[in-house]
Amino acid sequence: MTATDLSLPAPAVAAPGNRSAPGRPVRSRGWRLVGYAALVLAAAGLLLPFYWMVVASLKTNSDVFTIPITWLPDPVVWRNYLDIWQRSDMTTWLGNTLLLSVVVSLLQVVTGSFAAYGFARVRFPGRNALFLAYVGTIAVPWQSYMIPQFILMSKLQLSNTLWSIVALQAFGAFGVFLMKQFYETIPEELSEAARVDGLSEFGIYRRIMLPLSRPALASLALLTFVTTWNDYLGPLVYLRSPELRTIQLGLNTFVSQYNAEYALIMTGSVLSVLPVAVIFLLGQRYFIEGIASTGLKG
Amino acid sequence: MATLPRTRPRNRRLVSRNTVAGWSFILPNFVGFAVLTLLPVVVLFYVAFTNWNVFGVAEWTGTANFRRMWGDASFWTALRNTVYYTVFHIPLTLAASLGLALLLNRKLRGVRFFRTVAFFPYITSIVAIAIVWNQLFSPEYGPINALLGAVGVADAPGWTTSSTWSMPAVIIVGTWRYMGYYMLLFLAGLQTIPAQLYEAAETDGATPWQRFVHVTLPGLRHTTFFVTVLLTIESFKVFDLILVMTGGGPGQSTLVLSQYIYQKGFEENQFGYASAVSVVLFAICFSITVIQFMVNKRRNS
Repeated sequence: MTATDLSLPAPAVAAPGNRSAPGRPVRSRGWRLVGYAALVLAAAGLLLPFYWMVVASLKTNSDVFTIPITWLPDPVVWRNYLDIWQRSDMTTWLGNTLLLSVVVSLLQVVTGSFAAYGFARVRFPGRNALFLAYVGTIAVPWQSYMIPQFILMSKLQLSNTLWSIVALQAFGAFGVFLMKQFYETIPEELSEAARVDGLSEFGIYRRIMLPLSRPALASLALLTFVTTWNDYLGPLVYLRSPELRTIQLGLNTFVSQYNAEYALIMTGSVLSVLPVAVIFLLGQRYFIEGIASTGLKG
Repeated sequence: MATLPRTRPRNRRLVSRNTVAGWSFILPNFVGFAVLTLLPVVVLFYVAFTNWNVFGVAEWTGTANFRRMWGDASFWTALRNTVYYTVFHIPLTLAASLGLALLLNRKLRGVRFFRTVAFFPYITSIVAIAIVWNQLFSPEYGPINALLGAVGVADAPGWTTSSTWSMPAVIIVGTWRYMGYYMLLFLAGLQTIPAQLYEAAETDGATPWQRFVHVTLPGLRHTTFFVTVLLTIESFKVFDLILVMTGGGPGQSTLVLSQYIYQKGFEENQFGYASAVSVVLFAICFSITVIQFMVNKRRNS
């Protein structure tokens, strides 16, 4: 990826779904019906797994797979949601994951926005080459350098500690990239005027850019939170002790231990998805804007 | 910047002041980035030529790892399976996400709700998704085969229990998970196409299909290119979905490159050989990205 392709200003955050979305009107009634039918069908396909997850989590274990399939739980077994806490270390897993997600999001927002300001607004020799190194690694899959990274982390005595996951997630190029895209949409004249008034670069960042970039910061924080919450490979490679397990790691060990407890497995899955679902529904706008502004380059 | 009055000595002072300021902004992130990403990428190319093992003893073995790989049937299986996944995942996801985006770009009721729904699989963890789909794909009692039976499919596939059908099952889930994300990118791209172009095409009597081919597709060229690059990288590094859904099985029917690296590295502690396989994965992703950029550039000029 070249820097010129990627440093184009974001298209004024063309978030799809503004209320005045320039969607194209549908003229004929027939096509409108076809459109709705397609929407309903696609929504059903997209939602079926989630429906199954919730319904199965409320069934008795023997009711999960029946012939013919029962699409409503009868009786509704709320007990699963009590039992899961005793049958697994859910509390530890959720606690670890919450701690990691919060710390990583904070660090990513602080260091990412700081670095992005340097890339977007300060001119110095070597800046573009440096940014190219950042962006270039987005095209390099983590799986291809996880081995040497593991060796390095072990040498730093970080493997098998929660710090390894913090280190792994907190300094990604993505945050720098997203924030830089946003800073470049803020008019240069603002910082120019502040410079004339004698404000230092740090002062401009702190007093002008940070307050203006609240929506982008929210996007970055939420996306990082969800990525860290959902990460399975990082914890799989780095966290070996059971008391360090995150929810994804814990859930998967639970599945391999109790692979016939279909209902309880679904209860655990619901609990692992629920926090992310709530965050997503509350902050949907930030997710979509964050992705639309970084995703549409080139 | 042009408004600054510039004299020569001031200019030099400005450059050095800016260099200090710039680096101090970037440094906190850069230290972490350099140690955890840049350095490992460089070290990778060293480790791949050694026999590094769990004790950290490494001897330079030249191209031995790569020669071993050449005769390693499991490596070729993993590579073949990765290509299998990629070849189907990319066009399926492209078609599904573009289709969804076209649908959502219409003034229909419930579009906002649907956009939320389509994005949901993408923010759900792979582990939960793999677990649910494994239940849905359950060959004897699962709802998918029940549906197939209801529409008259006599011997429904064994999905993750069958070495022929496990890869298609994984591909279906992969497409299901990612299409909402790419739909969002297409949707943003669609909204940059001026409505006048469609109106002009309509006055010229273009059919919907002609409008799609001559207005929509050219207007989406940049988006399509970007989505294809992302999809390619994403397909070649596919790992956690497969690891949780099938564990690479049955047999080696869904073993992919990333998982092979993981097996050799973290289960068998052959860091040197695993790094050599990593170099192959790295080279594939890197060269495909470069080729795509070059083709795109030529097409633009």
